[in-house]
Amino acid sequence: MSERLRILIAKPGLDGHDRGAKVVARALRDAGMEVIYTGLRQTPEMIVESALQEDVDAVGLSILSGAHMTLVPRVLQGLREAGLEHVKVFVGGIIPDEDVAALRELGVVAVFGPGASTQVIAETIRRELAGG
Amino acid sequence: MELIPDALAGDRRALARLISLVEDDGPPVRTALAALYPYTGRAHIIGVTGAPGTGKSTLVNELAKAFRARSRTVGIVAVDPTSPFTGGAILGDRVRMRDLAGDPGVFIRSMATRGSLGGLARATGDVVKVLDAAGFEVVLVETVGVGQAEVDIARTAHTTVVVEAPGLGDEVQALKAGLLEIADVLVVNKADRPGAAQTARALEITLELGRNNQAANGWRPPILKTVALDGTGVGEVLEAVAAHRAYLQKSGLWERRERERARADLLRMLEQELMDRLMRELGAERLEEWVERVATRQVDVYTAVQAVLGS
Repeated sequence: MSERLRILIAKPGLDGHDRGAKVVARALRDAGMEVIYTGLRQTPEMIVESALQEDVDAVGLSILSGAHMTLVPRVLQGLREAGLEHVKVFVGGIIPDEDVAALRELGVVAVFGPGASTQVIAETIRRELAGG
Repeated sequence: MELIPDALAGDRRALARLISLVEDDGPPVRTALAALYPYTGRAHIIGVTGAPGTGKSTLVNELAKAFRARSRTVGIVAVDPTSPFTGGAILGDRVRMRDLAGDPGVFIRSMATRGSLGGLARATGDVVKVLDAAGFEVVLVETVGVGQAEVDIARTAHTTVVVEAPGLGDEVQALKAGLLEIADVLVVNKADRPGAAQTARALEITLELGRNNQAANGWRPPILKTVALDGTGVGEVLEAVAAHRAYLQKSGLWERRERERARADLLRMLEQELMDRLMRELGAERLEEWVERVATRQVDVYTAVQAVLGS
């Protein structure tokens, strides 16, 4: 793995609230990471394609629409099909507790809700990626 | 490295991995680039540069679409700045390139400058070579948003497109050295905004006053107006870029530029290699001793250099 962590921050689905994604992107930049920011309304296919072309170490998905149980599994499956099972996925947004457990079960390495500190987010990603 | 045959055969994941290796540098990379070199030299490398916010990414997106409409495959390298304080970067050029998603004839890679100051990353030229070797017929290189002196792109690209927008300064700005001197094609983007005609006119006057490097070679850079957001004028830019390529080939400048690039590459690698060798021979400790002597004014830096190289 490169010494410089590369992280894709994407917003799948149709909600137009990208403040959270931008705050996290900025925080990861300040933590010394290279953040590829793709903007709003990305399909799972677009996210997988960007992750592949950019050769990222992790993908952060910001979802505030409630469609996480539909969108996240499609991204995870797409990554596997593209041979990118080594890419870690984390999720931010409004996610009910029972869904957090389900997403973790599916392979999401961390879920961050409202109020999560950006420092904790950066540290968690760094730790997960160092752990291989 | 088995990545190379896979990348040459069109495996996009191998291509992406190879680009990462090239970005991170190191001895295996040199072997890889040496193996790729015979496959390079086919792509038309087009640089797109200009101040922040002039619409470079949007124009690159539109140019790529126009090339795709003519069945050309397109590689894109989009460079954004690395923070000098944290080493981190936000690479946001894909936001404007979403139209290109899902097209197997397009490959987009974002790069951070990682400390380079000339508008490109140190490895950008090598990443362009990888895309060239992988068979992309056109490689579009988008620089960071530049000021007046970041002109590395002119050494990397065959054709340099300089993007301006209305309202960024008066004629004196246009008279200054730098960006305008490297333009093969000048684009006034956001031409639906007030002041576009004045901007185009100021550029025209500047070109007439002369001393554009390209003009000296007999090519007059066209000044074109676009609204990249809706694609207005992009077809004309594409034609100008193609005309410039034809001109380079007919006039023999294509070969001359290739030769200049080869010279620059060779000198750069020699410099790097000689420096590496010298550092290995000298060692960090001896270097520090010399630093100490210069810092405490026991010896001046010129005498020190002669002593180090003579020893």
